[in-house]
Amino acid sequence: MDGSNNKITLEYNIMQNDFKCAGEASSNVKKILNQLGIDSKIVRRAAIATYEAEMNIVIHSLGGKIIVTITSDVIEIKAHDRGPGIKDIELAMQEGYSTASNLVRELGFGAGMGLPNMKKCSDIFNIISRENEETLVSMKIYIK
Amino acid sequence: MIDLREYFHSVVLDDAKCNGCTNCMRRCPTEAIRVRERKAVIIKDRCIDCGECIRVCPYHAKDVIVDDLNILKNYKYNIAISPMSLYGQFSIDTDMNKVFSGIKALGFDSVFDEGIAADVLTIAIRDILKSNKLQKPVISSLCPAVLRIIQVRFPSLIDNIIAVESPMEVAARIIKTKTMKDYGLDYDDIGVFYLAQCPAKVTSIKRPIGIKKSYIDGAFSIKSIYGDIVKNAKKTKDNENYIKPSPKGIGWGRVGGQSYAIGIENYLAVDGIENVIKVLEEIELGKLNNVDYFEGLACIGGCVGGPLNVENPFIAKARIRNIARNSSEENYVSQSCIEDILSKDLITWTEKIIPKGVMTLDSDITMAIKKIEILNQIQKELPGIDCSSCGAPSCSALAEDIVRGMASIDDCIFVLKEKIKMKDNYGGSI
Repeated sequence: MDGSNNKITLEYNIMQNDFKCAGEASSNVKKILNQLGIDSKIVRRAAIATYEAEMNIVIHSLGGKIIVTITSDVIEIKAHDRGPGIKDIELAMQEGYSTASNLVRELGFGAGMGLPNMKKCSDIFNIISRENEETLVSMKIYIK
Repeated sequence: MIDLREYFHSVVLDDAKCNGCTNCMRRCPTEAIRVRERKAVIIKDRCIDCGECIRVCPYHAKDVIVDDLNILKNYKYNIAISPMSLYGQFSIDTDMNKVFSGIKALGFDSVFDEGIAADVLTIAIRDILKSNKLQKPVISSLCPAVLRIIQVRFPSLIDNIIAVESPMEVAARIIKTKTMKDYGLDYDDIGVFYLAQCPAKVTSIKRPIGIKKSYIDGAFSIKSIYGDIVKNAKKTKDNENYIKPSPKGIGWGRVGGQSYAIGIENYLAVDGIENVIKVLEEIELGKLNNVDYFEGLACIGGCVGGPLNVENPFIAKARIRNIARNSSEENYVSQSCIEDILSKDLITWTEKIIPKGVMTLDSDITMAIKKIEILNQIQKELPGIDCSSCGAPSCSALAEDIVRGMASIDDCIFVLKEKIKMKDNYGGSI
C-alpha cells in the first residue's frame, strides 16, 4: 500500500483457481473505504466490483493483479490478468453468458453475471482484452 | 439537552470482578472492548449489546442492568410478558399454566404470552412479503443485536430490513392497550415488564430501534427470577388457564421458527453472531439476491440461546420444537382479533434506522486518507500475531487505536522489547 499525495494505492496479487483467498481483496477494500467514512452505498458498489473482478481472475485467468486507487473524489479499480483473454467481449458482457467450467459452476460461481455486475456497479467501465494474452478491466466509482 | 438514552447499554462491567483477561475482548464482534490497566473497557459507540462477553467471561464480571422487583410498586397494575423461549426452560411435561401462575406470584396482576404477538406478526409479515416491493433478501427485524450490527457494520443493508416491531414490543402494545380499556386505567398506571433472555432486548426497551418509545417499562432477567418461578409454580393453587399462542408462534423462540411459521420456502436462517456476520457479508456482495427472507439471530439456537436463559440452548431448542408440535389447538387468538390489531397499526416502525459510521477514522476524507497511510506504516511495525497483550483485540485494532490517539506503539510488548534490546546493545535512548 502506498498513500502518498493524498492517494491510497492498494495492490493485490490474485492466483488462478485460488478459491481459498478469493474475497480477501474486496473485504480489505471495504474495510478501508469504511475507515475513510465513505457512504455505505458507494462502499457496497466498490466491494461488489472488486469481488467480481477477483473472482473473474480466479476462475477464468492464469492469474493477475488488482490495483485499487482511492482519492477524495474517486475509487479506481483496475483488474489486469495474464490471459487467456476474452474472444468476444460483447458476448461476455451479456447477463448469463459464461465460459466457466462445470466444476466452477458446481461451486456456485460462473453464473455469467460477473462483468455485467461490474459494469452496473461502476460509473465508468472499460474492458480491453487481447486473446491468449491479457484482459484489463478498469472501473471508476465517484465518491461525490 | 443530551438524550441519555442514546448512550444506554444494558451490558455493564463489574470492575471489581474483572481480572483484565482478554476473553471478552477477543470475542466481541464489533471490537468494542479494550483492556486498560488490567480492566476491560467498553467502547459504547460500538457495543451492540449482543451479550457475547457475558457468555465468555470466566469471572462473571459482565452483566446486564435489569430492574428490581420493587419497581412494581410504582404501578397500579403490572403485567409480565413471558417470551417464547421460556417454553424451552422447563421440562416437556411441565404445565405452562402453573409456570405462568408462578410468574404472577412474583407480584404481577397478569401474565401475557409473547408468542401471541408472534402469531400476529406471522400474518403481518406474510402480507408484507406478498407485496413484492422489497429489496431481497428481506432481513428479519426480530433480533435487535443483528439490527445493531447492520447499523454499525452493514449500513448498506438497512433498506433490506422489514420495518416491523419485534414480538416483545407488539405484545406490550396489545396488552397495555387492552388493559387500559378493560380496567379504565391510564397508560402510566400500567407497568409492562419483559422477562428477558438477552441484553439486546433489554437495551431495546430503553433505546428502541425503529420507534420513538417502547410500551415496555422494564425488564427482569430470566436467570434471576427462575428459581422463584419454579418455587411458586410448585405451590400455586391458581387454576388460571392462560391464552396461549399457536405451536408455530411458540416456534419463533428457536432459529428458523419464524420463517417456518410465516411459511416462506426460500429462506435462510442463521444463528450465532459470527455466522450472521459472515452471511451479511455475502448479502452485501449481492450473492444472495435470490433468497426471499433472511432470519439472522445473534444467539446459537435463536432466542433459546440468549445468555440470560437457564437451560442449555440445544436442549431448550429441542423442547420448543416438541412443545410446538404437541401443543393443543385450544385458546388461540382468533383471526378477527389479529385483524383488529393489524388495523390499529401497532406493529410498523415509525422511525428510520440511521447508519452509524463508527469505523471512520476522520470526518474529513483527506485527513482520513492521511491516517490510513500512517495506520499502514504502524501495522508494518507490529508483529501481526494478534496476542492482545497490548489491550486491543488484534494488531490491526491496535494500529487503529494508535491513529485515533487512544494507544501508543509502546503498548505492543514486542515493539517495546526490541527497543529495550537496542538500548541495551547500544546504550542509546528510547
